[in-house]
Amino acid sequence: MADEQKPDGPQAPPPAGGEAKPAPPKPAAPAAAAPPKAPAVMAATPWDSELSTEIKERFGDQVTETSTYLGQNFIVAKAEAAIPLVEFLKLEADFDYLVDLTAVDWPKRAERFDLVYILYSYARNERVRVKVPIADGYKPQTSVGVHLTANWLEREVFDMFGIEFDGHPDMRRILLPEEWQGYPLRKDYGIFQQDERWVQENLLIESGQ
Amino acid sequence: MPDATFLDSTELVLNMGPQHPSTHGVLRVILKLDGEKILGTECIIGYLHRGVEKIAENRTYAQFNPYVDRMDYVAAISNGLGYCLAIEKLLNVEAPPRAQAVRVILTELNRIASHLLWLGTHALDIGAITPVFYCLREREEALKIFEQYCGARLTTHAFRIGGLLYETYDGFEKDIVAFCDMFLPKVDEYEELLTNNRIWVGRLKGVGILTADECKEYGVTGPMVRAAGLKADLRKLQPYSGYEKYDFDIPIRQTGDTYDRYMVRMEEMRQSVRIMRQAVAAIPEGPIMGKVGKVIKPPVGEAYVSIEAPKGELGYYVVSDGSTQPYRIRVRPPSFVNLQALDRMVKGALIADVVAVIGTLDIVLGEVDR
Repeated sequence: MADEQKPDGPQAPPPAGGEAKPAPPKPAAPAAAAPPKAPAVMAATPWDSELSTEIKERFGDQVTETSTYLGQNFIVAKAEAAIPLVEFLKLEADFDYLVDLTAVDWPKRAERFDLVYILYSYARNERVRVKVPIADGYKPQTSVGVHLTANWLEREVFDMFGIEFDGHPDMRRILLPEEWQGYPLRKDYGIFQQDERWVQENLLIESGQ
Repeated sequence: MPDATFLDSTELVLNMGPQHPSTHGVLRVILKLDGEKILGTECIIGYLHRGVEKIAENRTYAQFNPYVDRMDYVAAISNGLGYCLAIEKLLNVEAPPRAQAVRVILTELNRIASHLLWLGTHALDIGAITPVFYCLREREEALKIFEQYCGARLTTHAFRIGGLLYETYDGFEKDIVAFCDMFLPKVDEYEELLTNNRIWVGRLKGVGILTADECKEYGVTGPMVRAAGLKADLRKLQPYSGYEKYDFDIPIRQTGDTYDRYMVRMEEMRQSVRIMRQAVAAIPEGPIMGKVGKVIKPPVGEAYVSIEAPKGELGYYVVSDGSTQPYRIRVRPPSFVNLQALDRMVKGALIADVVAVIGTLDIVLGEVDR
């Protein structure tokens, strides 16, 4: 359908947004050719509500942003404030269900990863996302003490991104084999890349591809 | 009289799976046993890991659409709906009313098909062999409608971002009504076989209890949380695709044991029929595709959209960098999260209960491992 640029293997991940708009006659330009413009940013608007004011009062400069995009509220917080914030949301704002915990890799940023906590409150029927930018190698505190769900979710984040959680009861890989080398969902991990040695030793074939 | 060493060796480690028939796929559960009593479990998953989220980053939005069907392959249409809604949210478009109605009909039909497969295999695990034949017989009728509509039975790729690709075929409405008429009495038939069956009740009642609070703690969703007395259904709480227009009930039960989960799912099938009847009686005329360009290119941003899949909350967290390929897609799989509660549910129970509980979790390993 879309006769646009086809994904051609391990493509260099574009920076946060600044990809030039390809013209219809299909420029054979790989991502590197176009000089990155000023990166487009998410057109989020400030989120003003009782809750966001309370969060700002309580956490001060630990919370850097409370915004809304497409009707979905999110909070950006510093790494040290992540667990207190999630706990506060659970105990005092009824966000008692951790829907999901995941990460996003931004290799060009100084704080390489975004940890994303998606929370839901049955009482308010409302969702909120907590985004926590962290640097590569930083060990965020585990949230298993607040939400038991986080156990497997954090293991998956560790498995896919190599973010180790401090104080997690069982910090092992969950989907990939335990001896596997590399973290597949990092942007510098190619789409065809694999742990050749593991494949040869365990599957007794040259390559899984 | 057994000697002392025999008495000491109380703990036994037993492997269940990954090829055990009642694990419904390649799930391996390591059981720590004291006699037949379960002291603890550990799930080993990942046998079906295909890296769906990585693939997404290397495909365009439209190209990734068929991949989502391969996660929960018994409810492929629900997966497709969630994905399309998520991208539509990012694009800030809505499918036209006609497309929404057809989507609801097919999704509910898929819910019935998914529940039927669950019921059949669950009953088979418990030792009731008959229901699976009946369930697959009725499921076949649903799959035939999918096949007529889009040419595929299982991994349907029925929806497109922005609406539908295919108009309904001639006689679609008639087929749906005929299915509803045929199917509703069948649910009673299944219930006659099982609901008051002494063996069935004995194996399920009081087994694998998960209370509402525990459900929240473990993030468990879908029929499991409704069986524990929480009226949590995203179709009602945060309606999507026009569900607010239809009149239906959310069945709930109170104790949260395996039997209640069975009852909730049975009632859900009836409610799905109700929704389908209302939707099919009033499919609006009009276009089936919204205003979406040939090249799908959402603005920079992110969104989390979730739907009530047959197994629970299925969510897509999509991050767009303004290009034609998603920067990151995270799938929030209900099966993966629900499976985590297995340990809590079977602690202190017997080995046979593990089979019952895994059956009632209604997991699909394709979705657990992605």
